[in-house]
Amino acid sequence: MAAVESSTKVVLGGTRGGPDEPTLRQDRWRLQPMIIAFILTVFIVYSTWAAFQNRYYFVGASMGRDLISPFYSPCIGGVCVPGAKAGFALNWFRLSPALLILIFPLGFRFTCYYYRRSYYRAFWWSPPACAVADAHGTYSGETRFPLVMQNLHRYFFYAGLVFNVLLTIDAVEAFREPGIGWGVSVGTIVLCVNAVLLWMYSISCHACRHLVGGHVKSFKAHPIRYRFWKIVTPLNAKHMNLAWASLLFVGFADVYVRLVASGALTDYRLF
Amino acid sequence: MADVTMRIWRGDATGGDFENYTISQNEGEVVLDIIHRIQATEAPDLACRWNCKAGKCGSCSAEINGKPRLMCMTRMDDLPEGTVTVTPMKTFPIIRDLVTDVSFNFEMAKRVPALLPPPMPEGGYRMFQQDVERGQEFRKCIECFMCQDVCHVIRDHEENKVNYAGPRFFIRYAELEMHPLDTNDRRELLKEELGLGYCNITKCCTEVCPEHIHITDNAIIPLKERVVDADYDPVAWLGRKIRRRTKKTAAEASVQPAP
Repeated sequence: MAAVESSTKVVLGGTRGGPDEPTLRQDRWRLQPMIIAFILTVFIVYSTWAAFQNRYYFVGASMGRDLISPFYSPCIGGVCVPGAKAGFALNWFRLSPALLILIFPLGFRFTCYYYRRSYYRAFWWSPPACAVADAHGTYSGETRFPLVMQNLHRYFFYAGLVFNVLLTIDAVEAFREPGIGWGVSVGTIVLCVNAVLLWMYSISCHACRHLVGGHVKSFKAHPIRYRFWKIVTPLNAKHMNLAWASLLFVGFADVYVRLVASGALTDYRLF
Repeated sequence: MADVTMRIWRGDATGGDFENYTISQNEGEVVLDIIHRIQATEAPDLACRWNCKAGKCGSCSAEINGKPRLMCMTRMDDLPEGTVTVTPMKTFPIIRDLVTDVSFNFEMAKRVPALLPPPMPEGGYRMFQQDVERGQEFRKCIECFMCQDVCHVIRDHEENKVNYAGPRFFIRYAELEMHPLDTNDRRELLKEELGLGYCNITKCCTEVCPEHIHITDNAIIPLKERVVDADYDPVAWLGRKIRRRTKKTAAEASVQPAP
């Protein structure tokens, strides 16, 4: 394919109409960025605290369960609690294993097209809402470092898929009840729902939609890719909902495992 | 029906101010009806651009209570009680009252490299339904330029106009890039000269589009991903290198003289 070049002159300047005010909007445009800023701040503060706490992340054989917090799975650090350790470990790493793991899912969410929209509006005010003035004098968007790194989203997507597989294994293992056999508890359902939501969020990702088929010029020439693209496209339309649902539920799953592991809550067996 | 107070920007390139008009309003009327009644009664010199009155020509774009909207498609009874503020689109230079000079968009339209199909095969070109459907959404654009108006990249930063095509033209580029018969590669142009990287996905263009085109999800993000393919993805780069080398090796092998 031939690369093309084109240029015409754009004349800058000219007096703009309307008053020189940041916005003339009369509705409650501040509400949405404030709610988003609040939820994301609460999640960041909680996940940081949970990642550094380095305990109460595993419910093991002593309680007849096999539940691990998604923040600590796979437990590959050198200081994992007995029973939680993954197949291999980085024994030299003596800090909380969550610090090793959370880089990838957080990177996936940080570079996600939906979250970009949210935090650029809520935290950076660029712009805080539509037709409300940008809070910054100059603007280079995602053309320079560090924001040009947002283009690495697809690599975090790949890493996210690996974590989804591991969390799915955790969800299956949650059916195991050491000393009892197999069964379903509330914790099992929590980890299963968490895994399903994370898969849905990952598959609905814009990078996934592009990689499975969006990048082709002709769907007719790529019928299998077209079929995948047709599956992912309706999910992609729900990406915002899935982003929030999976974010809140992964936090809830950690809270649940933490409460059970600390003895504050009993994980009821359903059947 | 009760009267309504309209606060309308009056002025030109030398300056301007709001003027209030209190005027009667009938059930089911849209903002453009009220503007026309003001023209017919109190202010015959009030300038506004309009044509179809059916939301299909894209002429009557303005900002109503601070948000870009088509005047002909904004019902008065959908607006909150009280004074209704109408101003020209902020991003473009004013000509007079509610009329702006949107020639920036036509300059950007000139930059779009046209469709470049391969030589016509015997029997003519053929295009299949699934490929036709993909670009159909983009062809709904009525060029009201409200997406350009609301985009903060140029609304709040005039200097970016030199190198920023804007959402309206990103959907045109997407339509061409997704055309099965197109052989042009516009990715470098989009990255280096048309400011695709300036877009930070805040989706305001999608929010204001009167044709409900998913500008960000279906055009801008796919274009960004195509630029990633070309410039930011080392795995894709390696794959292209290997493929090119394989093709070259095959081509060389095919022209080797027989021993």
